[in-house]
Amino acid sequence: MMLHDPAAAPVFFRDLAPAESFPIRAGASSVPAAGVDRPAGGGGASIVLDGVSKIFPARGSDGPVEALKEISLDIPRGEIYGVIGRSGAGKSTLIRAINGLERPSAGEVIVDGVVINRLDERALRAERRKIGMIFQHFNLLSSRTAFENVALPLELLSLPRATIRDKVSGLLELVGLTDKRDRYPVELSGGQKQRVGIARALATDPKVLLSDEATSALDPETTRSILALLGKVNDELGVTIVLITHEMAVIKEICHRVGVIEAGRIIEEGPVSEVFAHPRTATARSFIGSLPGREIPASLAGRLGADPAGASQVVLRLTLTGEAAGQPVVTRLARELGIDIALLGGQIDSIGGAPFALLYVGVPAAAEGRVRAALDAAGAVTEVIGHVA
Amino acid sequence: MSPELLALILDSTLETLYMVGVAALIGTLAGLPLGIFLATSARGELFEAVAVNRVLGVIVNATRSTPFIILVVAIIPFTRLVAGTSIGTTAAIVPLSLAAAPFIARIVEAAVREVDPGLVEASLAMGATPLQIVRKVLIPEALPGLVLGVTLAIVSLLSNSAMVGAVGGGGLGDLGIRYGYQRFMPEVMLMVVIVLIVLVQSVQTLGETLARRVNRRQRQG
Repeated sequence: MMLHDPAAAPVFFRDLAPAESFPIRAGASSVPAAGVDRPAGGGGASIVLDGVSKIFPARGSDGPVEALKEISLDIPRGEIYGVIGRSGAGKSTLIRAINGLERPSAGEVIVDGVVINRLDERALRAERRKIGMIFQHFNLLSSRTAFENVALPLELLSLPRATIRDKVSGLLELVGLTDKRDRYPVELSGGQKQRVGIARALATDPKVLLSDEATSALDPETTRSILALLGKVNDELGVTIVLITHEMAVIKEICHRVGVIEAGRIIEEGPVSEVFAHPRTATARSFIGSLPGREIPASLAGRLGADPAGASQVVLRLTLTGEAAGQPVVTRLARELGIDIALLGGQIDSIGGAPFALLYVGVPAAAEGRVRAALDAAGAVTEVIGHVA
Repeated sequence: MSPELLALILDSTLETLYMVGVAALIGTLAGLPLGIFLATSARGELFEAVAVNRVLGVIVNATRSTPFIILVVAIIPFTRLVAGTSIGTTAAIVPLSLAAAPFIARIVEAAVREVDPGLVEASLAMGATPLQIVRKVLIPEALPGLVLGVTLAIVSLLSNSAMVGAVGGGGLGDLGIRYGYQRFMPEVMLMVVIVLIVLVQSVQTLGETLARRVNRRQRQG
């Protein structure tokens, strides 16, 4: 059993589990079970960062670098939390603080109630078995087959051969690589390597999975399949996932909540659908703007003017989220106001599991006031982008 | 060539193989841990010990920069202490091993440094101990380089073993000097050179084949 806190287990499980199956020493590592008696959905852990700062000491001619500045996060168990930022923003340091690969200079990192940054090396090693990690460049051993790579974390625990074999077979099946078990990494595609990486990270039945740019080296299609697998892992095993990325498409695809990191600070945070609809910072806006359909269409941008005088049309950007995104807002507007509406560009999508639409529309300049009032009433966020003669 | 001479060449070949084989074994046993430590004890690494790393580095360099023939003579008291005598084939193993160990250590160090640091990070994230990382990750991943390194060391030992004739070490080099040069028997000299060429060629081929077989970084048919 991997449950360290019986009180946190679902009631049905707590009632059924024999008392002696819980480890006696709090925080001690326990031998991971072979997967069969593991309760589905009971595997998540909460993660709390409380005022975490990290200062790298001065080296050579460079002064000290403040990589993290008083970061506080509260990630409930079972959530998929995304951290997005440019390179050098501190996201790598942040994710490494969660499993103790980086020790914060100040603050606390608490995973599943255990203060990670106060543990000695031995206790930290035990705690790390509850935190799986996957990497941008997969970090698989080239000298080991897919099977042997997944077996490595179990070998480190000196588990019996038969236990390892059963566990690894189950994991390879979970990630869809049963037929590649005896292949070496060099014989696998990027997506397959990352699947091995995911299976390996899950070998010790972790409660948390850290994803360090896990899809950044993959093509868009493979990225989607890997993200779908992470979604499945979250869904079926209940594992809390923290991922860092520089791609908004990744956040959009599977994250529940997102934090935008810049210069070592989380400058914006919230449910993904909310940050997408109403980004408050320029950084968030620029990340969102990088998605296809979010930019003003190039053909339109050239004709846009700032001066309303003499313009026949005004171009608006509508953002529709939640219920409004499912309503026939545009056609209703046209019918009720008796105007023509030109659709100039946009994106209609599902973000964080909620419908979302962003549209560039052209409406008669004379009707601008009435249009905006009607849109406000319909729950759309409207911005004037410019005027067209 | 007389049967006596052939027997002499065979004996000398066996002496060379004995000296080189044992010295390669001892050199590897000492050089492997030393090389791994040199590769993993710099700042911020697995067994961080910056001062020890520097001191060992200096010792290794000093041993390596001493010409072998001088090393042989300089450590005669030490050889006598270890082998009981400073003369003969067994005694020759002492300076040979002492020269091989730092050589192998540097090669091991280079091979281990070639291992992707991401693998060490992944292992740490799995909860591996530093010793587990050495055993399960660094050595297997560096194995092709290690095999080639030991091959190189054996070839260099073959060449060094020719010099221990100076302290009565025996072996092919000794035979070549005493019979081929001093007694002016060019056919012995030729045979010695041919046997050495065959030995070096065999060791090199064997090492390369083995290194290729353990290298999983390239596709294999």
